[in-house]
Amino acid sequence: MPRTPRPSATFPAAVIEQIHELSDVGHYEIRGWGAKRAVPSFDDLTFLTSSLTRYPLEGYREAIDTTTVLGAGRAERPLVLDVPITIAGMSFGSLSAAAKEALGRAASAVGTSTTTGDGGMTPEERQASAKLVYQCLPSRYGFTPADLRVADAVEVVVGQGAKPGGGGMLLGQKVGERVAAMRTLPEGVDQRSASRHPDWTGPDDLRIKIDELREATDGQVPIFVKMGATRVPYDVKLAVAAGADVVVVDGMQGGTGATQDVFIEHTGIPTLPAVRQAAEALRDLDVHHDVQLIVSGGIRSGADVAKALALGADAVSIGVAALVALGCNRSTTTGDDRSPPEDVTDDYLALGATPGTCHHCHTGRCPVGITTQDPELEARLDVERASRRVENYLRSLTMELTTLARACGKSDVHNLEPEDLVALTVEAAAMAGVPLAGTSWVPGAGAGLP
Amino acid sequence: MACVSTDVVVLDAAVDDTRTINRALRALPDGARARIEHARGRHNLAVGLHHPVTVDVVGNAGYYCGALGERATVRVDGSVGWCAGENLMSGSVTVRGHAGQSTGASAHGGLVVVHGDAGARTAISLKGGRVAVAGSIGHAGAFMAQAGVLLVGGDAGDGLGDSLYEATVFVAGRIASLGADARVEDLTDDDVAVAVALADEAGFDHIDATSLTKVTSARSLYRFDALAAQRY
Repeated sequence: MPRTPRPSATFPAAVIEQIHELSDVGHYEIRGWGAKRAVPSFDDLTFLTSSLTRYPLEGYREAIDTTTVLGAGRAERPLVLDVPITIAGMSFGSLSAAAKEALGRAASAVGTSTTTGDGGMTPEERQASAKLVYQCLPSRYGFTPADLRVADAVEVVVGQGAKPGGGGMLLGQKVGERVAAMRTLPEGVDQRSASRHPDWTGPDDLRIKIDELREATDGQVPIFVKMGATRVPYDVKLAVAAGADVVVVDGMQGGTGATQDVFIEHTGIPTLPAVRQAAEALRDLDVHHDVQLIVSGGIRSGADVAKALALGADAVSIGVAALVALGCNRSTTTGDDRSPPEDVTDDYLALGATPGTCHHCHTGRCPVGITTQDPELEARLDVERASRRVENYLRSLTMELTTLARACGKSDVHNLEPEDLVALTVEAAAMAGVPLAGTSWVPGAGAGLP
Repeated sequence: MACVSTDVVVLDAAVDDTRTINRALRALPDGARARIEHARGRHNLAVGLHHPVTVDVVGNAGYYCGALGERATVRVDGSVGWCAGENLMSGSVTVRGHAGQSTGASAHGGLVVVHGDAGARTAISLKGGRVAVAGSIGHAGAFMAQAGVLLVGGDAGDGLGDSLYEATVFVAGRIASLGADARVEDLTDDDVAVAVALADEAGFDHIDATSLTKVTSARSLYRFDALAAQRY
């Protein structure tokens, strides 16, 4: 009788396959999306909604406020959003112009903002986005004072959750004529952006940099500082000391168009502890909600949004989820008024993926026309249909958020609080700083840990 | 408070804050001249100007002097801190004294001139602008510079031209070391003409353009070198 094959726990099939791949190509794996490993997340929390101890709002009738104001205080024109859900920075280059336009239209339809990315601002994006945040990245690709003056906010990007400490990456197949011209790069070059800003090196310099941006915008718009979640308590305090109006903390589940797999899976901390630590840092400085906190990295549902807000965020940003809403990882294209959706499963298979597992943004061969610069592939994304999907998704998230908030007795989603939550695992309880369900135990509380 | 003296608008940094000064500069009509007195190392002077005016800064300026500028002419009769002419699009920033780090960083166009020495990272991330330094520069000059020209009348520190793209560096003196992917190329007649024109425009008369060392990218970092049918 044959023996049952015995897989190795240390070398399971996926690890063996990865070693084979590395030994074939002599090169680290590069891919898109965020961390695929399981980490403690908002799924490990649950709400203690109303009963006798709390009084709920009528879920189907009573009004609830979702207005979110970013940068009030210093900026002449703070960014006022109708919902606390924004679209994260993703570049034209990584994304097709059609995808950027669709995101802008959807964000505008629900009264929220979208964000540029590495490579600058396109006229289509500015036109489509009623509220547009302009990123100032280490590369400064396409960064111009003219675009700065038409931005609704400026985001200085120190890092992002998928690759804190690393620069951006855009492989040659996506550096086409227009992208290359915007970034002042040779066409087809494997672009690897700087990880350090060219003009400042630490928080003291950053303060002067932020002042420079305020001068160039005449103090009109708020200045955000975005960072990948690593040493969150210290980094948030330094960002505040540098003069940030809004701090954006991106957890390790945050996505990217392309970077090393080893970066995506092995750097940073999950969004769950990051939001708690960031809020605590702001409370320590007595500026919580005066300096606003945006959290991103793996936000997928209205429940995630509600939990992030309860733990102290003022708003969240979504990137990968917005792309999925556009049609990322669907088996069919959007179709348009002239032609029905087309099944593109074979194109996923050609990339070594399937609809639902694809992370091949870096190749530029996106089967549904989102992360590509190929005109034929880009044509597979109908801007109108794709933007309607994202609009629907943003409205759905908001409905889920307000449903939970009403059930917690809140007339403003920003009144959600840590006391509305308990954790389902010991790890999540420690990371979120809320009690383990059914107990009053908060692991690590009072231990003086950052 | 601005006052007009023989057609020159005079701004006093000892009296006005930076926002007031910059707003006054932006309000100037095209072709106007202004003078900022008592600069005393003030940061962010003449930032974000986007019309043709001439601004003279009396004394030393701090960081980001003349940064994010378009079409303006900014002149400093002293020294400056970091990032003079940073992200310049057009126009010029001229420093009579020395300059700190990251002079001309990410400049897309225009001209940044330093008559003294400049610090580390001079012309870092350059995107088409021109930077001319009469004296020497520190380490990491022209780091990741994408387009444009850096002319150094003195010596260059370690790591010159690291990860260059299509920018060109000319050095009159010694180069301590080249950075990754930088290489020395032979001067062509066109190079000499470019260097002569730049030196003339900067007002340098001590550079022999025919004996410059030209540094460019070896372009070995343009593509990953272990590709197998797009499997990376």
